[in-house]
Amino acid sequence: MANVIEVSRLIKRYKNSPDPSVNNVSFAVGSGEFFSLLGPNGAGKTTTISILTTTLSKTSGLVKIAGLDIDRQSSAVRQKIGIIFQNPSLDPNLTAEENVRFHAALYDLYPYRPFYSLMPTDYKNQVTHLTSIIGLTASDLSKPVKALSGGMKRKLEIVRSLMHQPQILFLDEPTSGLDPLSRKNLWDYLTQIRKSNGTTIFLTTHYLEEAENSDTVCIIKSGKIVALGSPGQNKKNFAGRHTTLESAYLKIIQDTN
Amino acid sequence: MNHELNAIIAIAARDVTKLLRDRMRIVFSFMFPFIFIGILGQSLQANVASSLGFNILLFTFVGVLAQTLFQSTASGLISLVTDRDSDFAQELFVAPISRYTILTGKILGESLVSSLLIISILFLGVIMRIPIDWFRLFLILPAGFIACLLGGAFGVLIMSNLSGTQSAQQVFPFVIFPQFFLAGVFNPITKLPPVLYILSRIAPMTYAVDFLRGLYYLGKPEYSKIVLHSPLFNLFIISILFVLYLVLGTYLLVSREKNR
Repeated sequence: MANVIEVSRLIKRYKNSPDPSVNNVSFAVGSGEFFSLLGPNGAGKTTTISILTTTLSKTSGLVKIAGLDIDRQSSAVRQKIGIIFQNPSLDPNLTAEENVRFHAALYDLYPYRPFYSLMPTDYKNQVTHLTSIIGLTASDLSKPVKALSGGMKRKLEIVRSLMHQPQILFLDEPTSGLDPLSRKNLWDYLTQIRKSNGTTIFLTTHYLEEAENSDTVCIIKSGKIVALGSPGQNKKNFAGRHTTLESAYLKIIQDTN
Repeated sequence: MNHELNAIIAIAARDVTKLLRDRMRIVFSFMFPFIFIGILGQSLQANVASSLGFNILLFTFVGVLAQTLFQSTASGLISLVTDRDSDFAQELFVAPISRYTILTGKILGESLVSSLLIISILFLGVIMRIPIDWFRLFLILPAGFIACLLGGAFGVLIMSNLSGTQSAQQVFPFVIFPQFFLAGVFNPITKLPPVLYILSRIAPMTYAVDFLRGLYYLGKPEYSKIVLHSPLFNLFIISILFVLYLVLGTYLLVSREKNR
């Protein structure tokens, strides 16, 4: 399996900060893999994902996304990735469909038109198909985003981020603030997407049960990797008696204090 | 359609859509022109016009037109800071388009917004029966777009140095309001003390206001009493400032975004 994410000796030191937030981190993610990056608050998860998604520069190290260098080929990298940010990134002044239409224009999927009725038939079909999967109706699409529930907004963000069929989907705490049913629905949908499209998933989350189905779990603390392997390996290596990833995670974090 | 052009159109269209759904902004677009033209302009006309030798209400009207085009576009660009705070800017900055495309789209969008907002000023001119040469005014309105572009580029430069919405709200009045007087929006500035002269020539709004006035009063008897520089000279300066502000502002913005 070819690697779609390659990180080698990555270091990030913020301005005016004496210590690096990401300190000599190296890992690789294979094509179609489900990779989870876990760690306590301030461990460097969001910093790492920000660097991988080209929104933050690195201090040193090598990062390649789909074989492309993130410094020299950042625009090409952005075409290959989709991102669900930790904080919602929808425009509350626009309707649900207008947010999707805006994204389609930014990624040059379809020519921009000021009204939905003027958009190409292929666009309308794609929007209808994607939104029906997540349970959004035609009426929901024409509602302002601020009228949608938190769960619906998250699903809309996922629909939007998948419009350009990215090779890799970055999820930065995607279910933060959602109720349990919304979280389950969201994960059912993501699992379906991964199976049907072979999309690589890169996840950061505080809900460790979400990472149980990962192919690889990487645990980061104070900017350094303290564990890297499948969920089963992590459980076995660090806490043989423990049966959940959460308990193994807690043991790892406590042991590295 | 070219990818970057498609993105520019989408970004610009978003700003126009936002305006058409923001009733408060449309209402407020009447407020400042009413204060400047309706109250200040009429007061100046009644008290000092005879000594100046030209209609200062009309002078103020053209000045406020140029000022609104400049300021409205500048403040629209600064709204990118609000987008950043609300995280919508993430969607813009992770898209596979250049930063110049994002800012060009914003400048175009806010210029269109400003052009719509001056309808309130034109309406005020009608109801106050200001002696406007309407034919000449409509001929020069397209040139007002140039004032918008300069305001937009200026907004990029200011915005690139702001850390959040709060600092935008504190800094923006400080960099805009003094320019109302330094640029001569409603006060003649053909003669100024040395310090004010220098500050006036540093203020970019000066060239936007003088450019529109230069075109409106071209060939009229009061031209030499009102206009500072020829329209061609102002256009030359505006072009230089536009490129300088946009390039520098984009560079600072990208550096700030990435090199935290």
